[in-house]
Amino acid sequence: MKLLVAVKRVIDFNVKPRVKMDGSGVDLANVKMSMNPFDEIAVEEATRLKEKGVATEVVAVSIGPMKAQETLRTALAMGADRAILIQTDEEVEPLGVAKILAKIAEEEQPGMIILGKQAIDDDSNQTGQMLAALLGWPQGTFASKVEVGDGSVSVEREVDGGAETVELKLPAVVTTDLRLNEPRYASLPNIMKAKSKPLATKTPDELGVDVARRLETLKVVEPAKRQAGVKVASVDELVGKLKALGVVK
Amino acid sequence: MKTLVLVEHDGKAVKDATLAAVTAAAKLGEVHLLVAGKDVGPVAEAAAKIAGVGKVHVADAAHLEHQLAEDVAPLGARLMADHDAFIAPATTTGKNVAPRVAALLDVMQISDILSVEGEDTFTRPIYAGNAISTVRTKDAKKVITVRGTAFEKAARDGGSGTVEAVDAGSHDAKSKFVSEAMSKSERPELTSAKIIVSGGRGFGSNEQFHGLLDPLADKLGAGVGASRAAVDAGYAPNDYQVGQTGKIVAPEIYIAIGISGAIQHLAGMKDSKTIIAINKDEEAPIFQVADVGLVGDLFKIVPELTEKL
Repeated sequence: MKLLVAVKRVIDFNVKPRVKMDGSGVDLANVKMSMNPFDEIAVEEATRLKEKGVATEVVAVSIGPMKAQETLRTALAMGADRAILIQTDEEVEPLGVAKILAKIAEEEQPGMIILGKQAIDDDSNQTGQMLAALLGWPQGTFASKVEVGDGSVSVEREVDGGAETVELKLPAVVTTDLRLNEPRYASLPNIMKAKSKPLATKTPDELGVDVARRLETLKVVEPAKRQAGVKVASVDELVGKLKALGVVK
Repeated sequence: MKTLVLVEHDGKAVKDATLAAVTAAAKLGEVHLLVAGKDVGPVAEAAAKIAGVGKVHVADAAHLEHQLAEDVAPLGARLMADHDAFIAPATTTGKNVAPRVAALLDVMQISDILSVEGEDTFTRPIYAGNAISTVRTKDAKKVITVRGTAFEKAARDGGSGTVEAVDAGSHDAKSKFVSEAMSKSERPELTSAKIIVSGGRGFGSNEQFHGLLDPLADKLGAGVGASRAAVDAGYAPNDYQVGQTGKIVAPEIYIAIGISGAIQHLAGMKDSKTIIAINKDEEAPIFQVADVGLVGDLFKIVPELTEKL
């Protein structure tokens, strides 16, 4: 079975985002960029399925600027076999990304598509579900465990009240949650090897997908800041504060 | 504008998250509800009493018992022929279903809204809440998820909506519910608790996490939360996680113990009314957002605090 994984180049999760002075967005100039952490988990899961012999090939896809090649090289170094960059300098919304991925799925015919449940930049949490809808495939979102069976996949999902397990007929879409696995660091030899793995580049136009934005960003501002409060020196003082707040009598 | 709000319920009762979504929907226009499930007559009756609700559409069928997205989304999309906005609470159920509805309608969803600025304009958090974006949609129909902490809850009574059965559709055999393992707790749910005590990696083990935090929570009648680090380390189950990708909470009082305060955690709790932090590291970022801080050893402080309350 072939697996498709989608990866996004985003601000590194350790960087504190700064809003641009003109309110047009978040300043990404000279900021460290990395693979979206949830997508790393997706690549890791696909790689493990290949190592277990469940999958035969792992294809990584990214939609973004030329520099997203770096993100794809990371995916290749982690274990993907080849990569496809859908190159665009425009910001593509989840619906557009889902349409592009659906098109690629038609061409590649994967048995499963694994994506991060959300990207840590726009925090939308939509692409996987939209992709599943466009393809008419079942979805296993927020996955904490994935077990591929004969023609089906069992997905344990993290839900508000605990965990839920669903069984999906393949082909299916799976989106990853934090505890699905712990992604590996690519080794130096694998980073070197990744440089010679195939990476194809296409554009949304070539795929015939309309990615015109539906949402217009009017402004981006910083949230109201909280002021640091007071430090107390003892538990007694803390209890006093809690009493003042009316928590305890 | 006619809105269709997906009711969050557990088969028995309407969940609080629905009430915030109703408030958001009411800012856009007429509020209709969709209750999907099995034997959900009583849920629909309760939903019809929510203040401001017009019609309650009920899809009652065995295959909807677990509200699988593959079954609920086509139902929602079909009902959208007569509605202008599909609105779901930003819970794991809402987040699972709404984008699927959006794609079926060829609409770009607006996730996790914080406010309604106009009939097509909304604010929403991006970058773990480090920025707030104001967006205007060009789509004729809207699909929206609502952050529960950002809107007042509509009253559970005072409404006189009418209940109307709708065609529940058929089951999509590609997807099947197998089992669920729900956390059992007598404590308040995190997203509706007035007080939350939350623990981090500082607790060192599952036994110490529960051994120290549970008695404090019981004393305060509080819900118990955790940082990602504590959940990853196995001190607490996943549904305890507060943060960017976990639960978003805004209780009256949030007590963060042994939590350093990574931006991903702050994203989930910084709208709490009062934040109290206990941490041995006085430089911990959590103190930058805390109203009251106490530097010290949680293993000494927590038992003493529990005793003195």
